[in-house]
Amino acid sequence: MKVFIYPTNSLILSDLVERFGHEPLAIMQEIGKKVRTPGLDSPPINITPEDPKFGLKYAAVEVPSGVRGRMSLFDSLIADAEAAIVVRDPVISFGCMGCARTNELVNFLVRAKKIPMLEVDYPESEEEAKEFVYKISGFLKSLGSRAGEEEA
Amino acid sequence: MNSTGNLVRIAQLSCGAEYSGIQAEIDSAVKQVNAVMVYPEVDIEDIENIEEEFGLKVASADLKLMMARAKSIVTGKVKVDAVFVATCFRCAEAAIVRSEVRRYLNEKTGIPVISYSFTERTTAGTLLTRMEALTTTARRKSLLAREEQTGLTAGIDSGSTTTKSVVMKDNRIIGKGWVPTIKVLESAEEAFNNALEEAGVKREDIQAIGTTGYGRFLVGEHFNADLIQEEITVNSKGAVYLAGKQKGSATVLDIGGMDNKAISVQDGIPGMFTMGGICAGASGRFLEMTAKRLGVKIDELGKLALKGNYQNVQMNSYCIVFGIQSLVNSLAAGSTPEDVAAAACHSVAEQLFEQQLQEIDVKEPVLMVGGTSLIEGLPKAVSELLKVKVIVPDNAQYIGAVGSALLASGFILK
Repeated sequence: MKVFIYPTNSLILSDLVERFGHEPLAIMQEIGKKVRTPGLDSPPINITPEDPKFGLKYAAVEVPSGVRGRMSLFDSLIADAEAAIVVRDPVISFGCMGCARTNELVNFLVRAKKIPMLEVDYPESEEEAKEFVYKISGFLKSLGSRAGEEEA
Repeated sequence: MNSTGNLVRIAQLSCGAEYSGIQAEIDSAVKQVNAVMVYPEVDIEDIENIEEEFGLKVASADLKLMMARAKSIVTGKVKVDAVFVATCFRCAEAAIVRSEVRRYLNEKTGIPVISYSFTERTTAGTLLTRMEALTTTARRKSLLAREEQTGLTAGIDSGSTTTKSVVMKDNRIIGKGWVPTIKVLESAEEAFNNALEEAGVKREDIQAIGTTGYGRFLVGEHFNADLIQEEITVNSKGAVYLAGKQKGSATVLDIGGMDNKAISVQDGIPGMFTMGGICAGASGRFLEMTAKRLGVKIDELGKLALKGNYQNVQMNSYCIVFGIQSLVNSLAAGSTPEDVAAAACHSVAEQLFEQQLQEIDVKEPVLMVGGTSLIEGLPKAVSELLKVKVIVPDNAQYIGAVGSALLASGFILK
């Protein structure tokens, strides 16, 4: 299954999703596409003034351009998501897109899709960390069996 | 152009610029003024701890990064000559951080700072004058320290509406010229010739020339000017010089034909400033149209406004089209021309207040300059809004030309 992760650039979440045989929907792949697009020269990530206009699909022009530009990157991730893992209040080093307003909107849109979703608090201790990984792996396994049931 | 000067290192403290697609525009503007953008390095711990240290809690991580980067400049971890603080337009959280970061840098360092709120439509052209002013302040501190005009110099201010010129000798204005801008070079020639004629000197006797305003590059090249400088720096210098307020703090307000400037000045050097150029309703053009509709000359509008009360006129819009329509409707409903003139001045002043003065510290003395400052109702309206006395120096309409002539005298010995 295609699993949306939040924070969307969390390498740990992305790795966990892959380990359980699913496809992580992470922002790195979208930025990678931008950076590798030939013919564009708008460093550092090749976002041009046209991109915030694609973000109008999610937020009106009164919403800051930085939010809409980020939303243009999230577009296909939100559209493709079949399941989602959202970590609440993560520390910056766990993953971060910089803008709190974008994060709020992305989380809302993913919740509104009514797809299988796990929301879990960022762990504060080793014990909580174990529980954190246990919950995520349990969720990912359940997705696997669900996908298997559908195929059967 | 001052881009021939030494390389200036500008720190970029921003949130959302790369995602708005305007980073290339910022880089282009910076390159044109022979500067390089640097991004102060910070550790992850610096970002995690900055809210506690800075005293401002915010939700967005990029804003925490901005504050951490500001701290690394203040503590000397990174050496820069100037700082560009920019965030998305219409982001309230970012506006608070932008303002406080600018204030923090202003109080803790002597480094010049400019701040800007951008959209995806921000271009290098929009940023160029700001970057030019920023790098000039960083690059030419000794030139800006000049407080007296020496020798025989001239200044030409090629503005969007009018072209002004002065000839100065030994710290005195001896000739002036003021003509409408029609063809940039021809108008500059005419204004300059008028100033020369009044001064009774020949062009070849002029020891140095400075140019400013929208046409500064073209006019500067034509006259082989010694100094070609944007209006922020020149107007700051000209304003405090003419008002005799060269030491200490001051605020310079200039409502121009095409844009407005609000500059916070310290010892004659611009610190924080804002430039607006989005709405004609906030410009001198609005007052020109009002004068035309009232059937009076622009220099009569101010006196008319002094006799009126803006509260007797209901203005439904700041817009140059719909605002004028409100004024016309008021006239049809029986309002007096005096009240309408006062309402027009109040409307322009209110926009200056709402759009620009929110971003700078308004420190007294408040100096109003430029041609619009002679429309007496306008300084009065600004004074009422800001609750401070507004000073209009003598020759306020020649501010750019005087500032240019003053700064150009620094080139005589070269």
